[in-house]
Amino acid sequence: MSVYQPLPHDSGPLHVTGRARYVDDTELPPGALHLAFGLSPVARGTITAMDLAAVRAAPGVVLVLTHADLPFDADTSPTNHDEPLLSDGTVHYVGQPVFLVVAETHMLARRAARLARIEIAEEEPVLTIERALELDWRFEEGPRIWEKGDAGAALAAAPHRLKGRLEMGGQEHFYLEGQVATAYPQEDGGMHVVSSTQHPTEAQHKVAVAIGRHMNDVRVETRRMGGGFGGKESQGNSPAIACAVAARATGRVCRMRYDRDDDMTITGKRHDFRVDYDVGYDDTGRILAIDFTHYTRCGWGQDLSLAVGDRAMLHADNAYLVPNMRITSHRLRTNMQSATAFRGFGGPQGLFGIEQVIHHLAHVTGRDEIELRRLNYYAECEDGAAPQASATRTASGATRLSSGTGAAKRFGGAHSPEPNRPLANLTPYGQEVTDFILHAMTDRILAMADYARRKDEIDGWNAQSPILKRGIGFVPVKFGISFTNTQLNQAGALVSVYHDGSVILNHGGTEMGQGLNQKVAQVVAARFGLDAAKVKITATDTFKVPNTSATSASTGSDLNGMAAQNAADTIRDRMAQSLALKYGTSADSVRFENGRVTVGNKADLTFAEAAGECYEDRVALSSTGYYRTPDISWDRIAGKGRPFLYFAHGVAVSEVVIDTLTGENRVLRTDILHDCGASLNPAIDIGQIEGGYVQGVGWLTTEELVWDDKGRLRTHAPSTYKIPACSDRPDVFNVTLWEGANRAPTVYRSKAVGEPPFMLGISAFLALSNACAACGPNWPGLNAPATAEAVLAAVERARGQG
Amino acid sequence: MSYTLTINGEPHEVDAAPETPLLWVLRDHLGMTGTKYGCGIAQCGACTVHIDGQALRSCNLPVDAVAGADIRTIEGLDQDGEHVLQKLWVEMNVAQCGYCQSGMLMAAARLLEDNPDPSDRDIDLRIDNICRCGTYPRVREAIHRAAEIMRG
Repeated sequence: MSVYQPLPHDSGPLHVTGRARYVDDTELPPGALHLAFGLSPVARGTITAMDLAAVRAAPGVVLVLTHADLPFDADTSPTNHDEPLLSDGTVHYVGQPVFLVVAETHMLARRAARLARIEIAEEEPVLTIERALELDWRFEEGPRIWEKGDAGAALAAAPHRLKGRLEMGGQEHFYLEGQVATAYPQEDGGMHVVSSTQHPTEAQHKVAVAIGRHMNDVRVETRRMGGGFGGKESQGNSPAIACAVAARATGRVCRMRYDRDDDMTITGKRHDFRVDYDVGYDDTGRILAIDFTHYTRCGWGQDLSLAVGDRAMLHADNAYLVPNMRITSHRLRTNMQSATAFRGFGGPQGLFGIEQVIHHLAHVTGRDEIELRRLNYYAECEDGAAPQASATRTASGATRLSSGTGAAKRFGGAHSPEPNRPLANLTPYGQEVTDFILHAMTDRILAMADYARRKDEIDGWNAQSPILKRGIGFVPVKFGISFTNTQLNQAGALVSVYHDGSVILNHGGTEMGQGLNQKVAQVVAARFGLDAAKVKITATDTFKVPNTSATSASTGSDLNGMAAQNAADTIRDRMAQSLALKYGTSADSVRFENGRVTVGNKADLTFAEAAGECYEDRVALSSTGYYRTPDISWDRIAGKGRPFLYFAHGVAVSEVVIDTLTGENRVLRTDILHDCGASLNPAIDIGQIEGGYVQGVGWLTTEELVWDDKGRLRTHAPSTYKIPACSDRPDVFNVTLWEGANRAPTVYRSKAVGEPPFMLGISAFLALSNACAACGPNWPGLNAPATAEAVLAAVERARGQG
Repeated sequence: MSYTLTINGEPHEVDAAPETPLLWVLRDHLGMTGTKYGCGIAQCGACTVHIDGQALRSCNLPVDAVAGADIRTIEGLDQDGEHVLQKLWVEMNVAQCGYCQSGMLMAAARLLEDNPDPSDRDIDLRIDNICRCGTYPRVREAIHRAAEIMRG
C-alpha cells in the first residue's frame, strides 16, 4: 500500500536538477513589468507632503501609484481590514509601503523607489510593552482572560509560591524564497495570479476586492513555495494585490519580488512574548495554581494576532494538569511590522511559559525536573480508554479517570502519577484530554537518550571543568491539532481518472516543502490500489478547488488527505458498481490492489483496463471530495470548548556546552521521540521533525531581532540576523517515531507534524539554562534568545555577579 | 558590454553592464533559473556556482569578473540528475522546499572534489549555505554516503 511508505518528495528529481520552478523562475512575456514599494522611513506619523516627480521621471518607470490612485479597496489584512496596501496618509512602522513603482525591470523599479521625497510629521513611536500598556494600545477591548477553577484563591492558599518572568524574542521567517507574485491580466478583466502563498483563497478574495471584481474573476495558483513557515499565510497578500492592481492599470503582466532587505523590513514575524507567572505549589512539588500573564507586541495591524494570542493561551498548560489556572493575554499594538503566523502560531510561546515554570520550580525546590514534570502531567490515557472516558462522568460533570492507575502500573516507577488522582483530565479551556501518552513517551526517551547516566556524567564533568560547562534539558510537547477558527477546518479536493488509467489530483493545500502533495498522492493511490507515482499532483488552483483554507496549523494532510480520500472513494465506488454490473457480481467483491482491479472471480483487469471499461460504460471518472473536521466546538471569548480534534506529542532531550568566558554555546546531542500517529510517510515526517527542531533551536538561541529606538529593524539581512547553519546542528541527532495510531479518526490514523516538533527546540534552551545554573548557586534567569551575550549574563547572575 | 561566458562547457553571448551580478545574467539574460536568489549579499548560498573550480556566490560577483572563466551551474551538475549527490539527495529525501538545494548541491559537489573523505567538521566549514527547512542532518549524511560511493 502506498501509505506508510518512506517515499521521496515528489519534486525531488526537480529540486536536485534546478528544474523545480518557483514563481520567479517562470518566464515572463515581452513587456512584462516589475514592481517595488517605496517604504516609510518613519515608524509613526502623518505624511504632510509627497513629491514623486523624480520617481516618475526615473528610467524605465511606467507607473507610480499611491493610495489615492487605487480605484478599489486594496487592503491586505486577513482579518480586520486595517492594513491598506499603500499608506492612507498615516504611517505606522518603518518599512510600511507608501507608494508603488511599476517599471521595466526589477532593478529600475527599486532604484526609482529610492527617489521619493516624503515629508512626515513624526510622532513618538510606540515600541515597548510598557508604553503600549500605558496608552492602552491593544487589539480587542482589553486583555483576554480565561480561567479554570479559582487561581486567586488557590494561590493565596498554596503552601509555597514562585513568581517569575520569561522574555522570548520573535523570529524572522527567512523563507529562502522571498515574497513573490505574478499577475496575468485576462481578456475579460479577470486576473490570473501566480503567488507564493499558503492561502490562495485569501489572496483570491483580497485581489478580487482590490480590482473591483468577484472571486470567480480571479484565479490564484500556487505550485510550490520556497519555504513558508507561516510567513506566507497573510504576508503574501501584498505582492499579489500589488501585481493585480498594476496589471489591471497597465494591461501588462506584472511581477513583484521583494529583495531580502525589503522582505525583512516589510513583513511580519513571529510574536515576541513576555510571560509573567505566579505559581502555587505544595510540599511535593505539585502545582496547585498558576496565574499567567502574556504580553505580546503585535505590531501595527491585527493580522492573525488574536488567534496567535489564543493559541498561546491554549498551550499555557502544555502537558500539565493544573487545577487552577488563570491566563491573561494582552495583545498590544506597536509601531512595528505586523507580527503574524509562524510555525506553532503562539503555541510555542505559551508552552515555553509553563516549561520555564517547571524549570524554575526545579531550581528553587532542588527537585529533579523530570520528576516534577511527571508529577504534574495529565493522566495517561490507555489505548481504547478515550472513547469510554465520558461514560465515567460524574453527575457534576467532572470525570474520574481510571487511566492514572493503569499508567502507574504500566509505566511504573517512583515518578508515575498517583493512582486515582481525583482530578478531571481537563485543560484550562475545558477540553477533556483523552489521548495523553507522554508518560510512556517520557519513559522511552529517557532510556533511549541514556538520560540518567549522562546527567550524572555531566554533573561530574562540570565539577572538574572551570571554563566550559555542559547542560542537559528535556521537554515534552502536547500540541492541539485543528484551527481554532472553526470555519477553517474544512477542505476540498478534485480527483480525476483518465480513460488510460492515469490519475490526476488537486486539493486545497499548498506545498511549501513539507511534502503535503506527496502524502496526499499516497492516500489517493492507496484508495485505487496504485503506486503513488501513478498519481500526478498539480498546482493548487482556486479555479479547481474553491474556498480553500490556509495550509497552516499543521492541518494540511489531515484536511486535504481526507478530502482527497473521499473524492477517490466516490470514483472507486462508481467504478466498482459499473464493473460489478458488467461482470454480473456484487460491487463489494471488486478489489483495487497492486495496480489491478479484480471483479470477484469474473475478471482481473489492470487499473488502466478497468478505467477504460468504465469510461466506455459512461461512468463519471472525476469527483470532488470534501471533509470537515468532526467533533470540535470553541468559544474563544469564554475560553471554553473542544477546539482540538486531538493532540500530537513529542519529547526531546538536548545536551549543550557553553563557554563561560564568551557565552558561546552549541548543541552537542539531541534525542527526539515524536508522535506522528501512523505516519503517512516516515521519511517526510522525520524530515519535518529534524527541521522543526533546528528552527526551534534557532528561535531560542541565535535568532535575535533588534529594533532601535526609532523603530528601525536593525537585523534585516542574514549578515545581522543569524539563523542556524550546518555547523549548528547537533553532532549526534537521533529522531525516532513513536509507534501508535491516532485515536482520532484521521486519514489512515496519522497525525499532523508540521508545527509540534518546533517546540522540541525548547529542550536546548533548558539545557543552556542548566549549563548556566552549573556556574553558581543562583537562578540564572536566562531569557530567549539565548545569544552568547545572554548566556554570559546568565552565567554572571548564576554566580551572583549579575 | 558584450561578454562571452563559458557556462557548463558551452559559450554564451550576453550583453550586460559590467557590474551586473552573474546571478542575474544567468537567470534573467540566459533563462538558467536553477540558481536562486536568496539574500543578495553572498551570505545564504542559494546562488552558489562553480567558477574555475571554486564554489562561489554568484549574487555579488560582477559578470565582468567572470568573463573567460569556466562557469558551472546546477544545470551542468547533471541535467538528468545522475550525479551521485543528486541521486542520493532524492533517495534520502534531503530537500524539503528545495529552494536552497541547488546551491547546497554545488557546494557539496565542490567539497567532494577537494576532499574525498570529509569529516563532519569539514562539512560544517565548507557547507555554509543556509537552509531554513533545516535539512542539515540529511545534507551531512548524504555527503558522507556520496563520499563512500565515490571512493568505491
